[in-house]
Amino acid sequence: MYATNYHRASSVQDAVKLKSGADEGKYLSGGMTLIATMKQRLASPSDLVDLRHIPDLKGISVNGKSVRIGAATTHFDVASSADLKAVCPAICDLAHHIGDPHVRHMGTIGGSVANNDPAADYPSALLALDAIVVTNAREIKAADFFTGLFETALEDGEMIVAITFDAPAKAAYAKFRNPASRYAMTGVFVARRDNGDVRVAVTGAGADGVFRHSGMEAALAANWSPDALAAITVDPSDLMADIHASSEYRANLVKVMAKRAVAAAS
Amino acid sequence: MAKVKMTVNGRQVGSDCEDRTLLVHFLRDNLALTGTHVGCDTTQCGACVVHMDGRSVKSCTILAAQAAGSTITTIEGLAANGELHPVQAAFKANHGLQCGFCTPGMVMTAVDMIRRHGANLDEATVRAELDGNICRCTGYHNIVKSILAAAAEMAGAQQAAE
Amino acid sequence: MGVEGIGASVARKEDKRFLTGKGRYTDDMSVPGMKYAFFVRSPYAHARIKNIDMSAAKDMPGVIGILEGKQLQVDAIGNIICGWMIHSKDGSPMNMGVWRPLAHETVRYVGDAVAIVVAESLGEARDAAEAVVVDYEVLPAVTEAVKALEPGQPQLHPEAPNNLIFDWQIGDGAATEKAIAEAAHVTEITLRNNRLAPNPMEPRATLGIYDSAEDHYTCYTTSQNPHVARLVMSAFYNVAPENKLRVIAPDVGGGFGSKIYIYPEEIVCLWASKKTGVPVKWTCDRTEAFLTDAHGRDHVSTVKMAFDKDNRIIGLKVDTIANLGAYMSLFSSAVPTYLYATLLSGQYAIPAIHANVRTVYTNTVPVDAYRGAGRPEATYLLERTMETAARELGVSPAELRRQNFVRTFPYQTPLIMNYDAGDYEASLEAAMASADWNGFAARKAEAARHGKKRGIGMSCYIEACGIAPSAAVGSLGAGVGLWESAEVRVNAVGTIEVMTGSHSHGQGHETTFAQLVADRLGVPIDSVNIVHGDTDKVQMGMGTYGSRSGAVGMSAVVKALDKVEAKAKKIAAHLMEADESDIVIENGEVKVAGTDKTLPWFQVALAAYTAHNLPAGMEPGLKEGAFYDPSNFTFPAGCYICEVEVDPETGVTDIIQFVAADDFGNIINPMIVEGQVHGGIAQGIGQALLENVHYDPQNGQLITASYMDYAMPRADDLPSFKLSHQNTPCPSNPLGIKGCGEAGAIGSPPALMNAITDAIGNNNLTMPATPQKVWAALNAAN
Repeated sequence: MYATNYHRASSVQDAVKLKSGADEGKYLSGGMTLIATMKQRLASPSDLVDLRHIPDLKGISVNGKSVRIGAATTHFDVASSADLKAVCPAICDLAHHIGDPHVRHMGTIGGSVANNDPAADYPSALLALDAIVVTNAREIKAADFFTGLFETALEDGEMIVAITFDAPAKAAYAKFRNPASRYAMTGVFVARRDNGDVRVAVTGAGADGVFRHSGMEAALAANWSPDALAAITVDPSDLMADIHASSEYRANLVKVMAKRAVAAAS
Repeated sequence: MAKVKMTVNGRQVGSDCEDRTLLVHFLRDNLALTGTHVGCDTTQCGACVVHMDGRSVKSCTILAAQAAGSTITTIEGLAANGELHPVQAAFKANHGLQCGFCTPGMVMTAVDMIRRHGANLDEATVRAELDGNICRCTGYHNIVKSILAAAAEMAGAQQAAE
Repeated sequence: MGVEGIGASVARKEDKRFLTGKGRYTDDMSVPGMKYAFFVRSPYAHARIKNIDMSAAKDMPGVIGILEGKQLQVDAIGNIICGWMIHSKDGSPMNMGVWRPLAHETVRYVGDAVAIVVAESLGEARDAAEAVVVDYEVLPAVTEAVKALEPGQPQLHPEAPNNLIFDWQIGDGAATEKAIAEAAHVTEITLRNNRLAPNPMEPRATLGIYDSAEDHYTCYTTSQNPHVARLVMSAFYNVAPENKLRVIAPDVGGGFGSKIYIYPEEIVCLWASKKTGVPVKWTCDRTEAFLTDAHGRDHVSTVKMAFDKDNRIIGLKVDTIANLGAYMSLFSSAVPTYLYATLLSGQYAIPAIHANVRTVYTNTVPVDAYRGAGRPEATYLLERTMETAARELGVSPAELRRQNFVRTFPYQTPLIMNYDAGDYEASLEAAMASADWNGFAARKAEAARHGKKRGIGMSCYIEACGIAPSAAVGSLGAGVGLWESAEVRVNAVGTIEVMTGSHSHGQGHETTFAQLVADRLGVPIDSVNIVHGDTDKVQMGMGTYGSRSGAVGMSAVVKALDKVEAKAKKIAAHLMEADESDIVIENGEVKVAGTDKTLPWFQVALAAYTAHNLPAGMEPGLKEGAFYDPSNFTFPAGCYICEVEVDPETGVTDIIQFVAADDFGNIINPMIVEGQVHGGIAQGIGQALLENVHYDPQNGQLITASYMDYAMPRADDLPSFKLSHQNTPCPSNPLGIKGCGEAGAIGSPPALMNAITDAIGNNNLTMPATPQKVWAALNAAN
C-alpha cells in the first residue's frame, strides 16, 4: 500500500477532529475492506483515523423491539448477541454469513454500511428493516442513505455512530454466494411488520446497488408465503452481469432467494 | 515511522515500522516470526491467521499500528514447553498437512473454532468455519478430521479435569 | 512390515516444524544486506515497447537500482527455452519464438516482465516501479487458441506463422478412418478442457545472492527441481557455471507443476544481485501468481469414437488444439503430445487410434504441466466420450467400459505405451460397491421427491507415471534424462543420511524415504535423515513431478541401499568370521543366519570408519551412490464414481459422495498416499465445478486475477472422500510402486461432469459446471 499516517481516536469528537486535520483522511473501523483496498493500491488515504477504540461506538442494546447497534460492533458480536437473536434473529444470521470467522472478528456494521459495497449484506437488511443510520450529525433513513455503488449520503467528515431499527414480526435473509469471493452474488432480506407491511431488499444483484422490489412486496403483503412469489418476474435489465452471473441468472436468484427467505422467516 | 508495542506470544515487544506496515509483516520482518504466512492479497486464504486479544484475525489486513497495545498469539506461541498443542498433535496424527504453508493459519483457525464451539463441532460446522482458509494440498479431508479429533480430545481432557 | 517400515501409516517426521511455525520457506530467508525487488510488468496483452524511462523512478526514496532487458542482453543472459523438441508431422521442428527474461522489444501477455526495481523495502520498490514510465504501442491481442489459428489474427512471433507452434500427429490415421467408416455407431463430441491456475498456497519467491569475492551465486527458490534449475541457468541462461551457482529449494509450499519451470524472476534476481551488489529477494503476490505462474490445460478437442455392432471400440480419432500461451515454457511442448496423446487408449483395447495436435501461441501466460499434465486432458476426453457413447447406445456405462477393458498384460497400445500390469475390473467393482451403484435409482427417486435432481457418473482413468527411460524420452525429444540419483551415507555411529534428487514440497519424502531405509536396515526412522533440495548437498537430481519420486527416486535409494548392504555384509562377515552369504540385516542387527552371532548395526558402521579390521583391500567408509533409470513408465489406474444432487432452482451442484478406487502398485505409507488422492480429487473437483482462468477476449486482460474471481475449492465445496486400493505391483521397479500424486486430479473431473450431465439430462455442459451454467443447461434441456 501507499504510505499513510495512522491515528487512533479516543472519542467521536477526537475522530472527527483528527480527520478534519488530514489531507485526504479516512475513518478506519475493522478495516476488512479499507485495508484490503489499500493493499491493492486502489485507495490511498493520507491519514487513517482508527475508530476501534472508541467505547461509545460499540455494543448492542435492545429495548423491547427497539434495537441499537453501535457502529464499531463487529459482525461476530452481532451474530452472537443473545438479546438481538431474541428479537431479530435474521440480522444475526446475516452477520454470521459475512466473510469468514476472522473477518467477522474485525469487520464492523458501521464500516460495511459506510462502504456500501453492492455485494455487501448489511445494506439489504437496513433497507428492509427501515433502519436509521445515526451519524455524529443527524439521523438518516436507510432509504435515503444508500445512493449508489459505494455511494452514501454521508457528508465529508460525517461518521456513523449507530444503526437503529424496530424489530419486525418476521424476517430472514437468504444469500447466494459468489463461488469465488463468497460475497453476495444475490442476497434478499425480507421483513414483515405486525401491521402487514412487507419489505423486500436485494443486494449483490442491482446495477445501482441495493434496491427494494415493490412487486414482491405487494405480493407478500397480500399473502405472506413463498407461493405468493410464483407469478412474480424479476426484470434483469437493471441487474449486474459479470463472469459469474448474467443478469438473467441473477434475476432468477433474486426470486429464488426471496422465496427461501420468506420460507425461513420467523 | 513509529514504535509499535504489543504483546506477542507472552512477550512484550516493540519495534519501529512505517504506519503502512501490516501486522503480518511486522511479525515476520520485525520480530522474525516467519511462521505466519501470506498466501493471497485479498484477505481470503487465511495463511496469516493469528489471534488478537483472543480472537482469530487475518494479520494481512490489519496494520501493525492498529494492533498496538494488543495481545497477539502466533503459531510459534501455541506449543508450550516443547509439547505440541492438542490441535497441532491432531494435525500430525491425522495427516492434516502436506506442504505446510497454510498450516499455521489452519491450526490457529482450528484453535479459535474449538474455543467457540467446543465438543459441539460436527463435520458440516467445521467445513463452514473453514470458509476463510484455503488449502491446495489436502482437499481438506484430513484437516476436517484433525479438527474433529482435536475437539473431541480437548473436550475429553476438559471433562477429565472437571 | 515393521511399525515404521514399508506399508505403515507413519506420522510424518517433517510435521513438527510446519506445525510450530518453524518451516523455512524461501520468503522466510533473510541474509545481511538483503534488499527487495518488484517487477515492472506489462499492463497490456500485446504491445511494442517504444521507450522505458526510469529517470523519475531512480530518484525515488530507497531505490538501489532499476534494470531493464537491454542490459540483460548486453550481459549475454540467455533467453528462456523449452526443453522438449517436437517436430511437426511434415518433419519441421517446432516454431519456438523468443522469450526474454525481461522484454525490451515486445510484450506478449499481461504480466510480461519489463524491468526490475531493487529498493530498501518492498513498499519503496513498488512505489518506484509505478514511477517507471514505459511507452507502449498497444497491439491487438488474441487469447483463444482456436481463434489465434484463424486468418487475420494478431501474430505473436515471427518464427510461428499463424501462431502455430507445431502440427503433430500420432497413431495410424488410415486405419482409424477405416474403422470409423465401418462402424456400427460413431459417437462424436467436442470437449473443452478449461484453463486452470495451479495455485500452490506458497507464492513463488526467490533470493539471489552474489558473492563478489568468490564470484559465486546462491539462489534460494521455490522449485520442485533445484538441480534442473541450476543446469538450465548454467547451460542455457549463462547466469554462471555450475560450480559457481548453488541452488537451494528449502521448504516449498506446494507446486503442482508450476514450480518445475525456471522463470524470469530467478534469473533476473541473480543477475540483479551482481549488478546492484546486494542480495535481492523477490516474493510474488497472489495476483502476480495468477498473471505469471504457468497455467494448465486449455485444450479444445473434437472426438470420434467408433463402435462395432457389439459395442466394442474399433477406432478413436482425436483432433486437439492446445493453447501454450505467449511463450513456450520448459515442458510445454511435451504436455499436449507425449504426456497426453499417448494415453488416449485409456483402459481400453482400441485397435486403431489417431490423434492430431496443434499447439498455438496466444497473448496469455505460458501454459505448461499442472497436476496430471496431459493425462487429465486425455482422461476427460475419453471418459466423457465413453459416458456419452453409453447414453447414445443405451447401455450401462459400467458395462460399456467393462466390455472394452484391457485384460491381458503386458498390453501394447497403438500409441507407444506398453501397459505392464493392472486389474481395471477390480477397481470398477470396488468403486461400484463402495458407491452402492445399484441403489442409485432409489436415491434418485427419493431426491426427486424433495425437488432435487440426482446424477451419478464414473470415470476409469489410466495414467503414465515415473517418467521414464531416459533413452526413450530422449528419442522423443526430451532435452534431459529422467533418471534419479541417491546417495546413502551411513555415519560412524550408524545413523543414516540419504541424499536424494527428488524434492519434497508436501509429499512427505522425509518420512517415506526414511521408511524405506528403516525397512531395509531395521533402524528407527528417527535415525534416518533425508537431505534434498540443495545442489551443494546433493550432487544431481531431476526433481519431483509426474508422480515420479516413489517409482524413480526411491528406486535409486534402493539401488544405493543394495550397495551399502553388500558392503556392510562383507564387513560383518569379516568381523564375525562368517560367510558373506550367511549375513542378514534385521531389526538394527547384523547377524549370521542360523547362529547366535550378531553385531549391532552401529558397530558395523563404526568398523567401516575406524578401518582397523576390514577385509583385505576394502576402502574405509560406508557410503554409496546410485543412479536409477527406469525401464518403463508405470501405469496407475482406477475407477472414480461421483454422485451429485442438483438444485434445479439455482443450478447448485452438491456432491453427495465421491468414491475413488485406485491401483497404485505397492504403497509405502497408506496415510500419505490417501492424502495425495484427497488433494488430487479436490483439484479435479475444482476444475470441474469451480475453477477457470478467464481472459477478456477483447483485450487480453486477466479477469480472474485473484481469489475474488478465481474460485478455489474451499472446505464446504467438498465432501469427505471414500477411498480404496486394488493394487497390482508394478513389475518394472524394485519396489513395485506406480505413483499416486496425480491420479486424483486425473480421474475426478469426468466422473463429476458425467454425474452432473446425468442429473440434468443435458450433455452439453462445459467445465467448470458453475451454478449459472448448470441452471442454463437445465433450462435448455427442459
